[in-house]
Amino acid sequence: MALTKLDQMYRAVILDEAQHPRHHGVLADFDHEITVRNPSCGDVLHLQISEKDGRVNDVAFSGNGCTISQASASLMTDQILDKTPAEIEQMVETFSDLIIKGDVPDADRLGDAAVLKGVHQFPARIKCATLAWKAAAQVLTEKGKTDD
Amino acid sequence: MREQFPFFKAHPNLVYLDTAATSQKPQALLDSLQNYYINDNANVHRGLYKLAYDTTEAYESVRQQVADFLHAQSAEEIIFTHGTTDSLNLVASAFGPHAVPTGGRIVVSGAEHHSNFIPWQQLAKRQQATFVVTPVHSDGTVDVPALLAAITPGTNLVAIAQVTNVAGDTLPVAKIVKKAHDMGAFVVVDGAQAVAHMSVDVQALGADFYAFSGHKIYGPTGIGALYGRADLLAKMPPIQFGGEMISEVRDQGSTWADGPIKYEAGTPHIAGVIGMGAALHWFQENVDAAALQVEHELANQLRTALRAIPDLTVYGNDDSLATVSFNLTGIHPHDVATFLDEQQIAIRAGHHCAQPLMARLGIPATVRASFGIYNNQDDVTKLVEAVQAARRYFHGID
Repeated sequence: MALTKLDQMYRAVILDEAQHPRHHGVLADFDHEITVRNPSCGDVLHLQISEKDGRVNDVAFSGNGCTISQASASLMTDQILDKTPAEIEQMVETFSDLIIKGDVPDADRLGDAAVLKGVHQFPARIKCATLAWKAAAQVLTEKGKTDD
Repeated sequence: MREQFPFFKAHPNLVYLDTAATSQKPQALLDSLQNYYINDNANVHRGLYKLAYDTTEAYESVRQQVADFLHAQSAEEIIFTHGTTDSLNLVASAFGPHAVPTGGRIVVSGAEHHSNFIPWQQLAKRQQATFVVTPVHSDGTVDVPALLAAITPGTNLVAIAQVTNVAGDTLPVAKIVKKAHDMGAFVVVDGAQAVAHMSVDVQALGADFYAFSGHKIYGPTGIGALYGRADLLAKMPPIQFGGEMISEVRDQGSTWADGPIKYEAGTPHIAGVIGMGAALHWFQENVDAAALQVEHELANQLRTALRAIPDLTVYGNDDSLATVSFNLTGIHPHDVATFLDEQQIAIRAGHHCAQPLMARLGIPATVRASFGIYNNQDDVTKLVEAVQAARRYFHGID
């Protein structure tokens, strides 16, 4: 079976990340909150972010989705810690490019999250990967406005 | 059978198990579309030249053909629409306010497709009516006694699928209609998942309205039909205005054409109608009860094989016709779908436009395999092997 393409997307680290997500749950105190959906597939993601001195100092997500969306949310929440909203906005742009193109020069700023680049070979799954990132950018720029 | 579908020559290794979403098309349909555009293209109901007259005849003969196919009393009861969604929205917008008074009551099953759910939900809002969504069983099939019990005195309208699109169960429409009519309620039936898998007789069912799509019965996309009982259509006003649908237009007022063209404003999808006629003709010539039984048996073989896989939930039951929904515990349906796609197996994963059902089952989505007349044993075997492989892959077994 030719599963190389699959293996590139479902790296062991991604399967593990989805099964044991970091920052999964809810925060008692937070400054930003958003619920986003992928209406074509029913994925729901609830994201809370707490800020201190202009940087993200805590974050949590909950909801449900596929391996890609859960792993991506877990990696995203880990990578945005200690970052400013402006930095996060840039990261989200870079991540989006990476997932669509498969390679970008500034992938380094994404840290471990760059492991998701294999998704670019599966156009139908791009939205799964970008859901959490777009939620972060949206909530940090729109100050807690939700789509509910 | 399969050799009549050029799609499978273009995709010789593809296992296509998504006919509930849309069917593949027989050569007979493609020939009819090509013939229409090469030889017969003219606008209907207008031109006085022979070609236009002949095309109008052909177009109207499909109306009779659809009436016969559904066992309607007459062609006057058949309205051409863009498909099931369009048909159901037409009933909800045009007939809904007549059927459901302010403060009335609408009943739908908890397993309806969004297209037979939202139009009624929105009608209920407009009419400040009670909108009742009835329970489902844990396997996703409709709880029929609960549905019947919900049809109380004061119920004005009941909307149900004849065959549901996730669990694939067939509702006892005639029984539901009897209860509804006893209570003075109208019944609208979504036949999208039924027409390609069973014989339909709207008079025997007693349905007041019945909707279906051409593309789910081996016909073109963008065309479908609405059956409406003649005495009810007489009370139903048009909701789209324009060419074709009038009797007379004056500066300050207009009158409407009689019959179904009242609801077919503008140049209709003529090629679609001709194509749907060709598809229905092909279907009636080529697909008999025995062929449909084979299709059902394939679905049951799949259900049986899937039930033998550990950590796997199958929705529906062995009465479910051609649709098999399932989930592997701990593996999201989208991941399963991607895995299967890599092995050239096309199935559907998602909420299947049935979010109220997903909410009742407490799941975000299912994997759904659905059969058409071209599927075979090999398709079942390949899918079952691939599902087993997906389970091993995502659970990190072996």
